[in-house]
Amino acid sequence: MDPTVGTAVDGHRGDGAPGAVRPDGASGLQVRDAVVRYGAGRRRPGFVAVDRVSLDVAPGEIVALLGPSGCGKSSLLRAVAGLEPLAAGRVLFDGEDVAGVPVHRRGFGLLFQDGQLFPHRDVAGNVGYGLEAARVPRPEREARVAALLEDVGLAGYGGRAVATLSGGERQRVALARALAPRPGLLLLDEPLSALDRRLRERLAVDVREALRASGTTAVFVTHDHDEAFTVADRVAVMDAGRILQVDAPDVLLRSPASPRVAEFLGRAPEHPPGGSRDGASRASLAVES
Amino acid sequence: MDGHRRRLRRRRSGGWGPRDEAPARSGAADSADNKFRLRRRRSGGWGSRDEAPARSGAADSADNKFRLRRGAAGPAATKPRLSVRPRWATWLGWGLAAGLPLVFLGLFFAWPVTAIVAQGVLPDDGAGGRTLDLSGFAEVLGDPRTWRIVGQTLGQATAGTLLAVVLGLPGAYVLYRCRFRGRTLVRGLVTVPFVLPSVVVGVAFRTLFAPGGPLGWAGLEESFAGIVLALVFFNYAVVVRTVGGLWERLDPRAEQAARALGATPWRAFRTVTLPALGPAIASAAAVVFLFCSTAFGVVLVLGGIRYGTIETEIWVRTTQFLDLRAAAVLSVLQLVVVVAALLLGARARTRRERALHLTSERAAAHRLRLRSRPDGSDLAPAVVTAFVVLGLLALPMAGLVARSFRAPDGSWGLDNYVALGTTGGRNALSVTVWEATGNSLRTAALAALIAVVVGALVALVVSRRPRSTGARRAVGTLDALFMLPLGVSAVTVGFGFLITLDRPLGLDLDLRTAGVLVPIAQAVVAIPLVVRTVLPVLRAIDPRLREVAATLGSAPGRVLRTVDAPMGARSLGLAVGFAFAVSLGEFGATSFLARPDTATLPVVIYRLIGRPGAENYGMALAASVVLAVLTATVMMVAERLRGDRPGGEF
Repeated sequence: MDPTVGTAVDGHRGDGAPGAVRPDGASGLQVRDAVVRYGAGRRRPGFVAVDRVSLDVAPGEIVALLGPSGCGKSSLLRAVAGLEPLAAGRVLFDGEDVAGVPVHRRGFGLLFQDGQLFPHRDVAGNVGYGLEAARVPRPEREARVAALLEDVGLAGYGGRAVATLSGGERQRVALARALAPRPGLLLLDEPLSALDRRLRERLAVDVREALRASGTTAVFVTHDHDEAFTVADRVAVMDAGRILQVDAPDVLLRSPASPRVAEFLGRAPEHPPGGSRDGASRASLAVES
Repeated sequence: MDGHRRRLRRRRSGGWGPRDEAPARSGAADSADNKFRLRRRRSGGWGSRDEAPARSGAADSADNKFRLRRGAAGPAATKPRLSVRPRWATWLGWGLAAGLPLVFLGLFFAWPVTAIVAQGVLPDDGAGGRTLDLSGFAEVLGDPRTWRIVGQTLGQATAGTLLAVVLGLPGAYVLYRCRFRGRTLVRGLVTVPFVLPSVVVGVAFRTLFAPGGPLGWAGLEESFAGIVLALVFFNYAVVVRTVGGLWERLDPRAEQAARALGATPWRAFRTVTLPALGPAIASAAAVVFLFCSTAFGVVLVLGGIRYGTIETEIWVRTTQFLDLRAAAVLSVLQLVVVVAALLLGARARTRRERALHLTSERAAAHRLRLRSRPDGSDLAPAVVTAFVVLGLLALPMAGLVARSFRAPDGSWGLDNYVALGTTGGRNALSVTVWEATGNSLRTAALAALIAVVVGALVALVVSRRPRSTGARRAVGTLDALFMLPLGVSAVTVGFGFLITLDRPLGLDLDLRTAGVLVPIAQAVVAIPLVVRTVLPVLRAIDPRLREVAATLGSAPGRVLRTVDAPMGARSLGLAVGFAFAVSLGEFGATSFLARPDTATLPVVIYRLIGRPGAENYGMALAASVVLAVLTATVMMVAERLRGDRPGGEF
């Protein structure tokens, strides 16, 4: 393997955070043969959204779940968060099975596509929400909220009403809110999809930076190749409820494991040099001006 | 790129770590910039060798940081407490939340109503036993009078509903889709009739139609048309508010798209807007039909002996003829009508809640355009609405107020109001009207408290969408159950209380004299309104907000406290207002339960118009004005609490 981006990250995965890695290697997130089913009844099998998926995420690593819409990536994310029950399989965090642990005790943060900020709280009230739940004393909480807002580029926005924010600002606040309680794992469900292209590109870099700076382990769901490759250390390509391949971005592009992966990545706008990507940028510029 | 770098640098000075991290940070920042450049450059193929060191630096710095943060982190950063969910606690909580209202409904609604029906079909055989006797059904159903009453009920309700919808649509447009000065005031004015006590409305229209009244020439006294007009007066607000609430948030771009495709304003309305409003119109029509077909006080006052509804007939059979069997059969008959209307309404409602997803968040009102313009003017709906508001809504109220200042001797003055401190001519009452006002306020306050506690619990339970099919069905059933009091005759409820609650459950406790029966009966009537006000607001809360709160560490109880409670609180204010206003005006059940010395205002008013003498009639008018002012004040305050945000169905 070339000493490229992916290798560097792989190296980090193995020996990057010695304090957090256990001798048995059972740290971070481990998903084992997870199955998520919808609409299953006593007699109906229901619809299988996630089909025996296994995935490992090392501490501090960012893994993107990349796939077309409806492929089950959001369902998998929700199952990890504890918002959907697993029909089969296990989710382990730092070696412990989290089955039966309610959402609020898992310590997993979650970031939705449209932020889902609390409309009845101001920006600081939103960011501090998880700290209140953890009974962090007020002075400490205020300091941390201010620091987080500065980190996401919104210093001084604490008193603003949520309704006055732009789409990008909302997502920044949502990110700060999710990071505030120092989640052991952050789950991001298409956090940038609702934004326009240029903002998305800029925020993708910012999100990665914020995650790296705080050393947060993260799973990032997206249908956008650019976004996945920008944010993640490794990318899991998912289709029809199954994970087809998990690899560093360059490995994925260079040696896709199956024709389906190649086909899916082949549509990547940035893959053919020059071509469609520039066209897309021009188009979006034209619309904006 | 520069901006990005600047932000990162700024962060460095006061970020979330000790200052000595800065060098590591700097590496991270630079690497991020490199990474961004890398992204850009990558179009020519994936990263070349020379970029690797930068990236690896980023990883290292992040790792250092990770270690630092793990080490320095407070309790919040420790591993999640992986304890197993105490399922029984959750179930116990929801069981209590659903159980308390169910017990209340069972004790104070189902039991009395069942007892009344049983009284009709299981008559006492004299030997201490009861035998099933359905001859009452044959007898009552074979009576042409019954079918005349049923026909009148359906006819009045249908005509009232149609007229309310036809007049209400332009009203909804003008009051929710256009902006003009005084809009809030007109909206409030339109709402007042809905909460006005039915007895007051009856008196107001009677004053209007009586010979010598403003509309005495029209011959509407004791007529079908007169009753229908009064029903529309009542229910206009239901249509305007229900339809307007949806219209306000309907995305105008769909209609604009139709216009761009060459549709005339009328065609665009007919083919795009009207279908989108369909579910709201259907839902409003079902509710209006329900209210019209169970109208009591207004029909009793306006219909005289010629016109009635099943509800007034139940009252007449029970109190005048003491024919419990016939009353029981009629109660069952009414239940059938009501359940049918409720089912239709429920179907329309589900569709409406689905339709809501098509709407935009921002209100899309435009200025009222009265002049003729190529893109259509609002003149026609504005004229219709002005006519309805002034002629149908304001005129009866103004007539009532004006007549109340007419002394029995024909002069103008405050004589009628002064007389409110007395017990009426020839001691028509046992208490003065002011004392009755005090009774009303006390009982209504208690009733509102009960109704809001029970109703909010029901709304909370019903707003959940459980995962299992069985639980979902149970929730749906609970929803439907608590709508029943809307339709079951309040007269039946009141009379049922008298029969069942003399020694409830064999306890030696006569609730009838305890003074709590009136507020409880009023609460039973008000609960459906509370549920319908709070429920849509709770349902409109995006479930993902609760999920976010949970992932941020909130236990279910805290999610309720910090998400549901603050967002539902405003609708709760409106619900309190509704419950209070409805309890103030409740007449059907109260007329059975209130003892002479604890009579409430509506009871006193009805007694006064039933007694001869201009003096008593004048007092009834003055008392009606007092009751109307009280109710309107309560509603205005509640409306103010609600603000301009959407919520509630009425």
